[in-house]
Amino acid sequence: MNAELFERYGLRMLDGLVVTVELVVISVTLGALLALPIALARTSPSRLLRGVSFAYVGFFRGTPMLAQLFLVYYGSGQFRGALESVGLWWLFRDAFFCCIFTFTLNTAAYQSEILRGAMASVPRGQSEAAWALGLRGAVVLFRVILPQALIVALRPLGNEVILMIKGSAVASIVTVYDIMGVADLAFARSFNLSVYLWAAVLYLVLVETLSRVWAVFERRLGAHLAVSAARS
Amino acid sequence: MGETLGLLGFGPDGWGDELAAGAWLTLRLALATLPFGLTIGFLAALGRNSGSRWLRVPGSIFTTLFRGLPELLTLLIVYYGGQMLLSRVFGLFGEGQVEVSAFVAGMVALGLVFAAYASEVFLGAFRAISRGQYEAARALGLGRFSTMRLVIFPQLIRLALPGLANLWLVLLKDTSLVSVIALNDLLRQTSVAVRGTKEPFLFYLVACLIYLFLSAVSSVGVEGIERWANRGMRRS
Repeated sequence: MNAELFERYGLRMLDGLVVTVELVVISVTLGALLALPIALARTSPSRLLRGVSFAYVGFFRGTPMLAQLFLVYYGSGQFRGALESVGLWWLFRDAFFCCIFTFTLNTAAYQSEILRGAMASVPRGQSEAAWALGLRGAVVLFRVILPQALIVALRPLGNEVILMIKGSAVASIVTVYDIMGVADLAFARSFNLSVYLWAAVLYLVLVETLSRVWAVFERRLGAHLAVSAARS
Repeated sequence: MGETLGLLGFGPDGWGDELAAGAWLTLRLALATLPFGLTIGFLAALGRNSGSRWLRVPGSIFTTLFRGLPELLTLLIVYYGGQMLLSRVFGLFGEGQVEVSAFVAGMVALGLVFAAYASEVFLGAFRAISRGQYEAARALGLGRFSTMRLVIFPQLIRLALPGLANLWLVLLKDTSLVSVIALNDLLRQTSVAVRGTKEPFLFYLVACLIYLFLSAVSSVGVEGIERWANRGMRRS
């Protein structure tokens, strides 16, 4: 291990770790909020809503996130006038914001597919029973369908978060100093490959920690299911 | 409007031929990666499925490593690391600088990532094949290799196909990362066109649509292969 190199870039690397975590936590959370309406639109009776949400999900799942990021980061410059007139230009000028914006739209598409599948896995009888009890619309959704769907969705959602941790590395290409960005900077100055290996260790620790935490989640939230499965 | 669309045309004034060349390289890279990734992924799955710890543990480490690292980081480590390694090896023989081809680096890096995920798919398929199949093959007097080739493998393909098809679509999108190591793939050619025309939104949108088109064509191809792999199965 090169002590001088570590002294110079070690702490900056940890700053990069914080930026990566921020990118992932913010975009996954915002993406989750968007995912529910999109999932509902995918199964809505309205043809317009179904068509729009289908195109949205298809676009974001079918194209590389890096291309989406370029589209937002460089493409927004063309709409400078319009963005200035609505007072949003200062946001799109910022690379970090563009990353959050792109990652949120991207993960919302993937999360909505996970949610849609999970909601479809809840037996029809559940919502029929809720209707028979006199529950309506939002109450059926939030009190009956979603709690059961979210347990099914838990594992694929965990995978999606891991994919976002890895995918967020493309932020470095548009000058955001996340783990990857700091590693690029350090490598460009030192030509020492070990900075990439430190970055690799940080990413592996992040991913491994998340999958451990998620396993605990799954055990806790699925505890009642394990019991009923053992009984039957 | 007409002028803008003219930028997408072919010939000296349009960027259509550049984009087409980029898309062709993207496709070639993905196609070249596929056999490499499939082979290593299959070997890793065999290792993880084996009775020997000396094969199981390396297989698991390989999978954990390349599933946990960002694809971009893997790519840069392979590209720069390969360069340094080869320079050192060739240095022993008195040769000077060695250039690693960006295409090969991209192929190796994307292949390793593909293999890590593919081994997971193969492993699931192995576990879905019942013990009775192995026992029956043994009872017929087939050796280990023949059992694998004649009995297990054909079933494995059918079971693994949906998972592998998904990985192919992921691979197609991941190729965009090689634009970072100066390979003239679709995304990099698009960036070149953007610099020439100052029309970033239009060109990146077109690039996205080309990626979508490649995915859509792949899906049609996958359906055909799936029909072929399921040819012996009863239709429900």
